[in-house]
Amino acid sequence: MTPPETASDVSTSTDSGSSWSANGKPLLEVKDLVKYFPVKSAGLIRRVVGHVQAVDGVSFTVNKGESLGLVGESGCGKTTTGRVLTKLYEPTSGSIVLDGTDLSPLSPKQMMPFRKDVQMIFQDPYTSLNPRHTVGAIVGTPLRVHSVVPRNKVLPRVQELLELVGLNPEHYNRYPNEFSGGQRQRIGIARALALQPKLMIADEPVSALDVSIQAQVINLLEDLQKEFEIAVLFIAHDLAVVRHFCPKVAVMYLGKIVEIGDRESIYGNAHHPYTQALLSAIPDVRQAQVGGRRERIQLEGDVPSPINPPSGCRFRTRCWKAQEICATQEPPLLQIGKEGHLAACHFAEPYDSAIHDAAKAQREAAQAS
Amino acid sequence: MFGYIVRRLIAAFMVIVATSIIVFALFFYGPSNPGQVVCMATSPQCPAERVHDYNESLGYYDPVTQQYAVWAKGLFTGRDIEFGGSTYPCPAPCLGISYYTRQPVTELMKERFPATLSLAVGATMIFFPLGVVLGSLAARKRGTATDRLLVGSSLVIYSIPYYLLALLSYLYLVIIWGVFPQPEYNPITQNPWLWFTGLILPWLVLGLATSTSYARFSRGSMVESLNEDYVRTAKAKGLAQRTVVIRHGLRAAIVPVITILGLDFATLLAGTVFTEYIFGIQGIGRQALDSIQDQNFPVISATVLIAASFVVIANLVVDILYSVIDPRVRLT
Amino acid sequence: MSSPVEDVTRPASNEPFLVVDDLTVKFPTADGLVHAVTGLSYSVEMGKTLGIVGESGSGKSVSSMAVVGLHDAKRTHISGSIRVGGTEIIGLSEQRMRRLRGNEVAMIFQDALAALHPFYRVGNQLAEAYLAHHPNASKREANEKGIAMLDRVGIPQPDQRARDYPHQFSGGMRQRAMIAMALINDPKLLFADEPTTALDVTVQAQILDLLQDLQRDFGSAIVFITHDLGVIAEMADDVLVMYGGRAVELGSCSAVMSKPQMPYTWGLLESIPELESDPGARLLPIPGTPPSLLHPPTGCPFHPRCRFTGDVPGDLCERELPDLVPGVEGAAHLRRCHLRNPAETLDNAANKREV
Repeated sequence: MTPPETASDVSTSTDSGSSWSANGKPLLEVKDLVKYFPVKSAGLIRRVVGHVQAVDGVSFTVNKGESLGLVGESGCGKTTTGRVLTKLYEPTSGSIVLDGTDLSPLSPKQMMPFRKDVQMIFQDPYTSLNPRHTVGAIVGTPLRVHSVVPRNKVLPRVQELLELVGLNPEHYNRYPNEFSGGQRQRIGIARALALQPKLMIADEPVSALDVSIQAQVINLLEDLQKEFEIAVLFIAHDLAVVRHFCPKVAVMYLGKIVEIGDRESIYGNAHHPYTQALLSAIPDVRQAQVGGRRERIQLEGDVPSPINPPSGCRFRTRCWKAQEICATQEPPLLQIGKEGHLAACHFAEPYDSAIHDAAKAQREAAQAS
Repeated sequence: MFGYIVRRLIAAFMVIVATSIIVFALFFYGPSNPGQVVCMATSPQCPAERVHDYNESLGYYDPVTQQYAVWAKGLFTGRDIEFGGSTYPCPAPCLGISYYTRQPVTELMKERFPATLSLAVGATMIFFPLGVVLGSLAARKRGTATDRLLVGSSLVIYSIPYYLLALLSYLYLVIIWGVFPQPEYNPITQNPWLWFTGLILPWLVLGLATSTSYARFSRGSMVESLNEDYVRTAKAKGLAQRTVVIRHGLRAAIVPVITILGLDFATLLAGTVFTEYIFGIQGIGRQALDSIQDQNFPVISATVLIAASFVVIANLVVDILYSVIDPRVRLT
Repeated sequence: MSSPVEDVTRPASNEPFLVVDDLTVKFPTADGLVHAVTGLSYSVEMGKTLGIVGESGSGKSVSSMAVVGLHDAKRTHISGSIRVGGTEIIGLSEQRMRRLRGNEVAMIFQDALAALHPFYRVGNQLAEAYLAHHPNASKREANEKGIAMLDRVGIPQPDQRARDYPHQFSGGMRQRAMIAMALINDPKLLFADEPTTALDVTVQAQILDLLQDLQRDFGSAIVFITHDLGVIAEMADDVLVMYGGRAVELGSCSAVMSKPQMPYTWGLLESIPELESDPGARLLPIPGTPPSLLHPPTGCPFHPRCRFTGDVPGDLCERELPDLVPGVEGAAHLRRCHLRNPAETLDNAANKREV
């Protein structure tokens, strides 16, 4: 058995905290997924002059009943990835294999039977629910569209679902504006659950909620995942929440995965400089005891435009380790250390502040001269 | 921007062409007998043979595509139109010859348009500032008695049918009380003062009536604008109240109002029929109404075409203006 | 050089620059009276940062806007006392209030894209802020000051960027521009209302660093409002926790964050996942939802959601509002709770969880 070389070869991940065992064949296999958005010129004849390379060759797998976290900052392509997986956007190229079937070439009509298997939870509970539909209609529509249950069984099923997410089943006739943010998010979850999907794509499911409510919704998602063995692609920018929820995490930057691995690898042993910078930027509650300012990795500059990403490694314009090879050769996503831990960097290694400071001093000296 | 304008002009042109085809088709397929109309305009006796001759000379029996082609060509090069044995030259842009006065329609338009234009400009000078100022005032004093008074009174005026408002003002202000002289159009080039006094009443009536909807709209737009974060920031900067309301609030609120103004103005240019009729202004609106009664097709079709052109161009101007005012709008 | 308009505030004696005393803010609405803030008291000294923590409906933004005078006087009932540099704000004439705003007291907001006017160039908006309080300055002077401030907050090529419109800036740069605009007149007190909530975490780190640098250089007092406890931990010297329009805990940052004395604060800290916590351990959420401000709960505002009401004799939590008083830790750490020894109770609960 050859050792896995790319992320898509990784089919299992063992983790000390995870109680879900892998079952061999992954539920979702994404390979070289690409999504470009055309940019048209402003002249008389509107030609396509470039592309927003939102997602540029992303590969990962998710096992049945497991969660994979997809983290990154704005513009990294994580939300677009989620949308492409549900075919809300058509992929430009690449494959999305769900339980053996490649979804990417399917037409909307052919996709219909598969829509039951992949559902999405959206970020903003205030705008993702139609304010003119009752809660019962919102949760019941998927059941009706897919004729999952006979007509007269829709309401009892809706009430069942409402109860499952912790809402009062008698409230099916109410409108979304009568509920709080956390409750609305639960409605969205109930809707996503209605078709008993195999895979749920949660796009920032708790970011818009109050802190005290976030934990409630996270616990709910955990319980539902365990009970119904639903795989979850958890897209978020809050690394602490992702760490709690997902045994496996992929870090994205400008349309590419720069590091992927299990919890321990990413949070305890990050090898890619961007992951390291990201982790160091997270404010730490324990700093209160220490007082003063925490030492952080400072990233220079802004995120480059996805229309014209830097050559070679996309992170090189902000990286303290960047050398010539970084501009000429794009680093492939390679295994480093533990099985299943991959990073895309020519100089992947654990964070060493000495190297960081030395590189910084060198750059400052070069600028001063 | 340049590419955008060119593309829009091409689209505008196509819209106007489409309009002209529709107008043409209406007259072609509708019940009409131009030969009869022309004949009746000059003599009470119209034997069928003469009518047939007229129709033939007008090209009425030719295929519709040929008629359209001839007409369209005339727009660019001018043509000679003959009926009743006489030939009338129609210089470019030729919009036809009036069945009644036998004048080129283009000339008729040129004669009557200044009146309509004066009406439109004058009324706009009244309703736009009035509407915006009152609307903004109501927005600032939202919920107070002032607001309710302004909104209520504008509603009252708005609910009076316009022609009634015009007739009543004419009746009382001109005939009975004699506050205003008989309205009429005097070219500004001849006598500016008479131009002004002759039009002041129709301006006021049309202006007041139209200002009501502008007041309502401005009020809504201002209320929204004053609730925006950037107005809160302006206040937090310690700016004077007037600066906050006008420079920050109104500046943003007025944008949608201006876009509506552009389209409204274009519609006004197409002729304010009630105003012209009731106050006796010889504009193209009045002319259009008369032409319909007289079945004077060339004038009718020309009016429709001109009105369509105004609106289409106003649309384009408004869109360009929008991009100039709002730097976030990039026209593609 | 022009001189600024004469300072409205008088140099303080020995009281902190900002003193809020028993502040109450109510809004009459169609549904009834909204008790947004009730009986709030706190103070901030120059050069120090007070972090106000709270969720939606806690009153943290409303109380801060009251200090800056941003509420519509006709639609708001404000009572109590707010003293900025010795001057009483409540009841102050609008004219004098305007001299304070943007000058000695400034505020930055969460969404910089919405907070900056979309139709005016960034440099223009900065110059406007300067001219508002330096009416004798020339336009050129104001523009130069604006560019200098953009430079000060770390925006590259400030003279060019000053000619851009807000939507042409990135999120982080826009927030820096807003900070520049707020600080252009050297305010003594700065309110920052969730300034980094909408930003990426790496950009947030940069902005927080910037604010700390500027505070060090300008010596201003900062009131930092947020719901993010990690940010509070890194930025604040003192912490005020608000719930249901009231202050429920007040003390130094290290005391409140490491040894919370009030079940709400404790609950918040327990419910957020951290990078070091055990990922397998279930989160302990605070049950229920934030209280209605139209009909606030009787007694303690937190009691409907509190796990520890059982530890208090009788129905005291339901009947009586606890006072904000110091606990066993000392006079500097105040909490609003009926528990006789909250530290002990909360510690026991935490230990039980870990077992």
